[in-house]
Amino acid sequence: MATMTLIKAINDAMRVEMERDENVIVLGEDVGVNGGVFRATADLYQTFGEKRSFDTPLAESGIIGASIGLASQGFRPVPEIQFAGFVYECMDQISTQAARLRMRSGGRFNVPITIRIPYGGGVKTPEMHSDSLEALFLHSPGVKVVVPSNPHDAKGLLISAIRDDDPVIFYEPMKLYRSVKADVSEEAFTVPLGKANVVKEGSDVTLIAYGAMVPLAEKAAQQAEKERGVKAEVIDLRTISPLDLETIIRSVEKTNRAVVIHEAAQTGGVGAELVARINEEAILSLEAPVVRVTGFDTPYPLTAIEDEWLPTVDRVCAGIYKTLDF
Amino acid sequence: MPKVMELKQDPEMFQILDENGNIVDGQQAPDLSDDELKDLYRWMLRIRTFDGRAIKLNRQGRLGFYAPMAGQEACQIASMAALEKSDWLFPSYRDIGTALYHGISMEMAFLYSRGMKDGMKVPEDVNMFPPQIIIAGHVPHAAGAGWAFRLREEEHVAIAFFGDGATSEGDFHEGLNFAGVYDANSIFFCQNNQYAISVPLSKQTRSETIAQKAVAYGIHGIQVDGNDALAVYQATKEAADRARKGEGPTLIEGVTYRFGPHTMAGDDPGRYRTKEEEEDWASRKDPLKRFRKYLESKNLWSDQEEEKVQEELLEEMNNAIKKVEKMPKGSVEDLIDDLYTETPEILKKQKEEYLSWKEGK
Repeated sequence: MATMTLIKAINDAMRVEMERDENVIVLGEDVGVNGGVFRATADLYQTFGEKRSFDTPLAESGIIGASIGLASQGFRPVPEIQFAGFVYECMDQISTQAARLRMRSGGRFNVPITIRIPYGGGVKTPEMHSDSLEALFLHSPGVKVVVPSNPHDAKGLLISAIRDDDPVIFYEPMKLYRSVKADVSEEAFTVPLGKANVVKEGSDVTLIAYGAMVPLAEKAAQQAEKERGVKAEVIDLRTISPLDLETIIRSVEKTNRAVVIHEAAQTGGVGAELVARINEEAILSLEAPVVRVTGFDTPYPLTAIEDEWLPTVDRVCAGIYKTLDF
Repeated sequence: MPKVMELKQDPEMFQILDENGNIVDGQQAPDLSDDELKDLYRWMLRIRTFDGRAIKLNRQGRLGFYAPMAGQEACQIASMAALEKSDWLFPSYRDIGTALYHGISMEMAFLYSRGMKDGMKVPEDVNMFPPQIIIAGHVPHAAGAGWAFRLREEEHVAIAFFGDGATSEGDFHEGLNFAGVYDANSIFFCQNNQYAISVPLSKQTRSETIAQKAVAYGIHGIQVDGNDALAVYQATKEAADRARKGEGPTLIEGVTYRFGPHTMAGDDPGRYRTKEEEEDWASRKDPLKRFRKYLESKNLWSDQEEEKVQEELLEEMNNAIKKVEKMPKGSVEDLIDDLYTETPEILKKQKEEYLSWKEGK
């Protein structure tokens, strides 16, 4: 065991997988010598050399497209897209090329690439860096979408993603990179993809969150208990695609109320999908409409107002009370 | 005075055979045996014959999506003839000739055209990606595969085929740039057939040639007469030799012409090309006529052989289309099963719902 930040856990996941499998390689802008702008790939170049860790040209579509070509020859590339806002530059390579190749080729070609993307707000980036675009990929059949919320999960989920034979988008909450620490095994271990985690049990309302919204939901649960004695259950989705409906539905059937929390814009977001699924599977258990506490239907703002734009503990509590007072 | 670079390059198109099938002064024929020369022509003729019949089959409704390739046989066949079976092919949708030469079956080509199951299921022993639809989307794939060969110091080559329009795409730039930076074992073969659907090359780029774009990437570039099979063969062979030795990628521009429409889905070239231009290419510059003249000058080809190849090919096509028409078209279940290595629960449920709906129908 070692005390790790979330970014260190991500770094450690790549280290152990590169040790285990010589086909695992990392590539991206500033990923090599510099170890990444966030230091996610720190020391991998120095440890594994210039044939395993690559500084690429500054071109997102090229990074993903070349990764697909590398994967066709047995490599398991772990490309980094430097910030989530840049992902539109490689949408075709992700959603059309990587996502469909297995189906198009009738199962001949797998695309075992793990696309790491720092995402989310609250860290005062320039504009067009802090977007939360996970719903784009929830709507892209053929890829998986994973979002860790703590160092342990970050390492275990990333190892699972690298070992997965299909393309995985691995969204890393920038706000949590260095703000959370935990004891994490230095050995290789996995946290399964497609399985949500009940981080706090409760009976009155289910809070569903992922990434940086998980610690926020936990704080809101504490505050709601203090303010109104509410016992909230908190679910960390961990994987957005495929969704773990079983865990979500079981919880909603118990609590009869749900609040979905995400940073991304509201319309057409992950929350919308969750509301639809809960309606399909558990509408008779619901005592109130499912509430969404989310970013607004605007692009992510400039930094001066980002704390107002992002969901807050008070806004989540207001959402909880709205379901309770319905 | 600041000195700017010269905008005009002096385009020097590589040619071995002139339009009458004679070896151009100062050039020599590639090192190919008589049998290899005949095989090269035989394959070009097969593709020409295939194309004519495929167009008819499309008009009869027996084939679906089809992008005619007549006129481009030298580009497609002579290039692939210069490569090995172990090399990797990244074709686009007009490059069925390259794919057939590299080893896919006619049945697979028909299944693809008809949008049926297994139309893109490339057999394990054919090193090829399914044909690319997104223009230039496969250029970075060929860069990545060529990069993989370089990293492992393998002597394979990755070749991507695309048209002149593709050179305007971002992925063309990103792919060639990556390949250059990593000395990838890649060949980028642009079939410059003068039009991207209806848009002429002059509206696609200000560059004098497509080949000269290689200079900016620091990679090898060559413009070849794309209707001269021997020139295409030689240029590709040399590009492959360089790549195998780790001397980096090559951009080959084959100057050619598509005799037919863009696709069979209603394109009318009469709206954007003149009859005179079409006739000039078809009469004077036809890649088959030129190569046949060369073979005839060496007493290597006859009318009888020509007819035999055509008859055999048409027979093969008849058998293949009949076989394909009886094959299963595929199902939503197949699609679901093939998408992920392990089908997610939500998708499994969709499959079950679909199957029970289908059963109850």
